[in-house]
Amino acid sequence: MTRAMIEVRSLSKAFGASPVLQALSLDIHAGELLVLVGSSGSGKSTLLRLLNRLLEPDSGTIHLQGEDIRLCAPELLRRRLGYVIQSVGLFPHWTVAENIGAVPQLLGWPKARIRARVDALLALLQLPAAAYAQRYPHELSGGQQQRVGVARALAADPDVLLMDEPFAALDPLTRSSLQQALWEIHARSGKTIVLVTHDIDEALRLGTRLVLLDQGRIVQQGTPQAILRAPANDWVREFVGQGEAGLRLLGLQAVGERMRANERVAGEPIASHCSLREALSLFVSRQVDCLPVANESGQLIGSLHFSDLIGGDR
Amino acid sequence: MPRTSPVILFLISAAWLAALGLPLLSIAPNRLLSGQGVSLAALLHGWRYALLVPALVLLAAPWLAACAPGRGLLLLGSAMLSFALLALCGEEAQWQSAQDGEGLLRVSFGGGFWLLQLLLWLLLAELLRGMRLRMLWLSAALAPLLWLLERGRLDALSLAQEYRNHQDSLALALGQHLALVVYSVLPAILFGSLLGLVAYRYPVWRKPLFSFLGVLQTIPSIALFALLIAPLAWLGAHWPQSGIAGVGRVPALVALTLYGLLPMARSSFAALTQIAPEVLEAGRGIGMSAAQLFFRAELPLALPVWLSGVRVTAVQTVGLGAVAALIGAGGFGSIMFQGLSSSALDLVLLGVIPLVLLALLLDVLFRLALSLLKVEP
Repeated sequence: MTRAMIEVRSLSKAFGASPVLQALSLDIHAGELLVLVGSSGSGKSTLLRLLNRLLEPDSGTIHLQGEDIRLCAPELLRRRLGYVIQSVGLFPHWTVAENIGAVPQLLGWPKARIRARVDALLALLQLPAAAYAQRYPHELSGGQQQRVGVARALAADPDVLLMDEPFAALDPLTRSSLQQALWEIHARSGKTIVLVTHDIDEALRLGTRLVLLDQGRIVQQGTPQAILRAPANDWVREFVGQGEAGLRLLGLQAVGERMRANERVAGEPIASHCSLREALSLFVSRQVDCLPVANESGQLIGSLHFSDLIGGDR
Repeated sequence: MPRTSPVILFLISAAWLAALGLPLLSIAPNRLLSGQGVSLAALLHGWRYALLVPALVLLAAPWLAACAPGRGLLLLGSAMLSFALLALCGEEAQWQSAQDGEGLLRVSFGGGFWLLQLLLWLLLAELLRGMRLRMLWLSAALAPLLWLLERGRLDALSLAQEYRNHQDSLALALGQHLALVVYSVLPAILFGSLLGLVAYRYPVWRKPLFSFLGVLQTIPSIALFALLIAPLAWLGAHWPQSGIAGVGRVPALVALTLYGLLPMARSSFAALTQIAPEVLEAGRGIGMSAAQLFFRAELPLALPVWLSGVRVTAVQTVGLGAVAALIGAGGFGSIMFQGLSSSALDLVLLGVIPLVLLALLLDVLFRLALSLLKVEP
């Protein structure tokens, strides 16, 4: 049998008298984008910091690729696990290029290889190297700083990327564009990513699997659809937004997946990559029950009926 | 009327009051008698009325200070006035000495002169505020003083006479003072930084450490010297070849080092704690070892604040070093105290002026180093 990328077994951690994690077990599989979601104090950040040994558990074990992480020196372990935090924490006295090259430098890569890697990562995160490589962190906007933070975490091509509320401090537009960037990086590289957030919309948008934590225990885990459709208890129902669960479900699917291909109707078209939630908004604001659908180049490729939103196989 | 900085107006009004109300020079028949004040008004005749030109320029400050050329004119006016007052004093002293057959007459600066110079230089500094190359302009304003000194125009003043009489002991004092400062600031930097590091790494030690250093700092320097006499004398008695004694250089160095510990420990501690915690968290998170984190992040990020701590410590030690003369450690303090005990004000000044210059010089050097550090963020 193939082992999970990370295996967490009956992990417990308490700060003083208050337990933060209680005998928590979890498998994290290679290539998934696992989102640990919960309100503050649920233990989600603690779990993340236990994974790279910034904290040590009171009891329980963690295996990374089948190897007990206690057998690996913390520094060496952390160089295999990319780490992104909410406050970014770039080194203010280093340029963007030096910041991104930090881990490769620790690993002793040759200069030329570090340079090439930095340039590639800057391109991946849409920061042109010519304009940004030699800048200092304080010359960048918050969103650009976090792009550099993500690039730094990816620099040495780590096995796993750990992200602790990486986009929480950004404004909605910047957050959305960084979420998109992360989603694309995950889709393209297939890297295992563990992301911590308290924002259920972010979790639903990015996660291939969600793990809901409350008071140090896993309350429910599963795909976004599964959790929205069948919340395990009242707490989950409350957390995913009782009244908005349906809307959030619509937000998970694109217009293209539900449209009736080859049917042509009149009107202002909606793009096929928009979510069904956006389509619902258009139905209501335009007071129509049928919308033409266009592809990215603006060609009409089908139509979407109001009833399509509730029908179909979910 | 355009708005003018109230500071400038205040300085100029005060300067006029000082010029009118306080004696510019003090003339005594000999070194030991106290002198009689001579006001600026009494000294004005012949070419000296030209002095009124820059003085009147300053009076126009409310109209001039608002525009750049006007500020330039004010700068020139205050620098020229400062220079002209010096030249006038030098000339008067020469003339008075020539009148006096025995050569015992003493012409020294009066309170009005010192106050005027102080106000004029504050005015210069205020006018130069926010301008580029400020230090350069300030040094340029000093050039006429050097010219007067070089041409011997100030030789007849009692301060210059006193200087000629004590040239050798001044050179000796400078050497002693510099040695006092260097040999107490270096260990203070070393041990103070270590203490700051301990306070940073081990929070338990923070409170007792800084309380102890704080208490140390509040002991008056003379009392600390006195306290050190007994243990150091004992040490000297039991270990004669060490050269340690209850008075002299060693207790002075020990006391000055102790006084340097608090500013050094505090600034090192502050330098390390001002580093953003997320930088350290990220550093650890990406796999830096404690040593790598210290040398690559903590040390370079702490350097500017630490260096300004060194600056404070060095300048403070220059000043405190004067008191060390009381236990026979020499330095500029010995000249000051010699002057005080013989009530020779000029001799006191001879000790004080180089002391102030040394402190200023150190301050400027450290500021320069700091500004160089900040070029790259």
